[in-house]
Amino acid sequence: MTLVDPTLREPRGLDVALTVLEAGWATSSQDLGRPGWAHLGVARAGAMDPASATLANRLVGNPQTEAVFETAGGLRLRAERSLAIAVTGARVPVTVDGHPAPWDAPVLMRAGADVALGHPPLGSGRWAYVAVRGGLDLAAELGSRSWDSLGGLGPTPPRPGQRLGIGPEPDGAMPVDLAPLAPLPAGILSIRVWPGPRSAALSPDQWRRLTTAAWTVGADSDRIGLRLDGPATTRAGADDLASEGLVPGAVQVPRDGRPIVMMRDHPTTGGYPVVAVVDPEDLASLAQRQPGEAVLLVPVSEGRRSL
Amino acid sequence: MTIRLLPYGPDALLLETEPERVLAVAGALGRWLAESGDHAAEVVPAARTLLVLSPGLGRSTSRRTALQKAAALALQGGYDGDPLRGEVVDIPVRYDGDDLAEVASHLGVEIADVVAWHQQSRFVVAFCGFVPGFAYLAGLDPRLHIERRATPRTRVPAGSVAIAAGWAGVYPRAVPGGWHLLGHTELRIWDPSRLPPTRLRPGVRVRFVSVVA
Repeated sequence: MTLVDPTLREPRGLDVALTVLEAGWATSSQDLGRPGWAHLGVARAGAMDPASATLANRLVGNPQTEAVFETAGGLRLRAERSLAIAVTGARVPVTVDGHPAPWDAPVLMRAGADVALGHPPLGSGRWAYVAVRGGLDLAAELGSRSWDSLGGLGPTPPRPGQRLGIGPEPDGAMPVDLAPLAPLPAGILSIRVWPGPRSAALSPDQWRRLTTAAWTVGADSDRIGLRLDGPATTRAGADDLASEGLVPGAVQVPRDGRPIVMMRDHPTTGGYPVVAVVDPEDLASLAQRQPGEAVLLVPVSEGRRSL
Repeated sequence: MTIRLLPYGPDALLLETEPERVLAVAGALGRWLAESGDHAAEVVPAARTLLVLSPGLGRSTSRRTALQKAAALALQGGYDGDPLRGEVVDIPVRYDGDDLAEVASHLGVEIADVVAWHQQSRFVVAFCGFVPGFAYLAGLDPRLHIERRATPRTRVPAGSVAIAAGWAGVYPRAVPGGWHLLGHTELRIWDPSRLPPTRLRPGVRVRFVSVVA
């Protein structure tokens, strides 16, 4: 049985350090998630782009397990005392007191300053991360400060006017002034996929279409699942398999032929056939695609696929 | 008695077997994985499959072979696959559900029959899914087999006691749902501040007991 660290259960009750001025879009607290509870119906949740969340923490000297804000843009916070933050992930415009501030760098805020995140332009990512030195002082559930949007677990998403504490000064120094990152690849993104347990639910022709067509990320995509629009054709066969286990990256194809890729807050079981699985190394890149952007699902090489 | 391994990407495998074997194999594999030092592994039972999660499992021929052997051994009863044997949870129910009369009339029986058959059924938690703490209870009296509602409700209250498609269940919190509501319980099934957070873990046996108004 996984034990929950009791120190994680309640907020540490520290002084108010931050006020939420605007909550923005789809903003939530995320850390590296809550593994180990899938057999009880609990998804892992956690940051959609864990590497960006981890980088934000490292930039402000936090342990990588601290909770950060994940947002699709529009978040605005006021520092109630001087503190350090870092913004990573999607290339949202960032301003501190109206002046542009850098991404991927520690940013010092004086007491009373506000930081505002805009919206990421098309092609510049979907999810931005804001880490605060000391970490967000929020209540954990089942060992994690990640909000699970399907399961309703973890700290509820921030609301305007909410006042937050941050944790004590961490031991870690702020190691660099800037983390040099390559820009996101432009154009159509290739995502590697492995064959899923029910790949036989597709005809050879449908498999070929799945793995050669340009798919567009659907507007109704969120932390639970990402829908793909494209040359869908009705799939033969029954829809409701007996429910079976799902993982992040599982590609389900309902009878309408529109693939749904399970994301971090996915239901732990489902009845549509899982025909493919996104390579875990590519899942964050897929998560960072905005609705309307195109992706290719490319089968992993035969050599890698062989078991 | 068969078991089939299906690919599920680099970090998982799906095992398919007979529904009545899933729990035994899940229990046995859980212990086998722990004994072999794979403490990161998870076993997720479902209706007739088990998902085994462990980093790198799906791309290692030797680990796949070892898992297949362990699963075959579990099927032959080489491992005790029912570590929760004997754990029974009694769920007190007030049979006041919005669908009780409709279920009875659909099945062409009396409401009292529906209640009696529901209480006489001996359930076991087959698996959890849908939302945290939603337990699929196997063992429903076959006379109570009824498909899901044609139109799901947008909100089913927490504690609703329901049946559909041969399963029984209790809604752990208010969510949309398409099962038929027979009644409700005050027993708190799901509490994430408690460990374990649910009373209804896979393998636990369940009885429904009538609460008299």
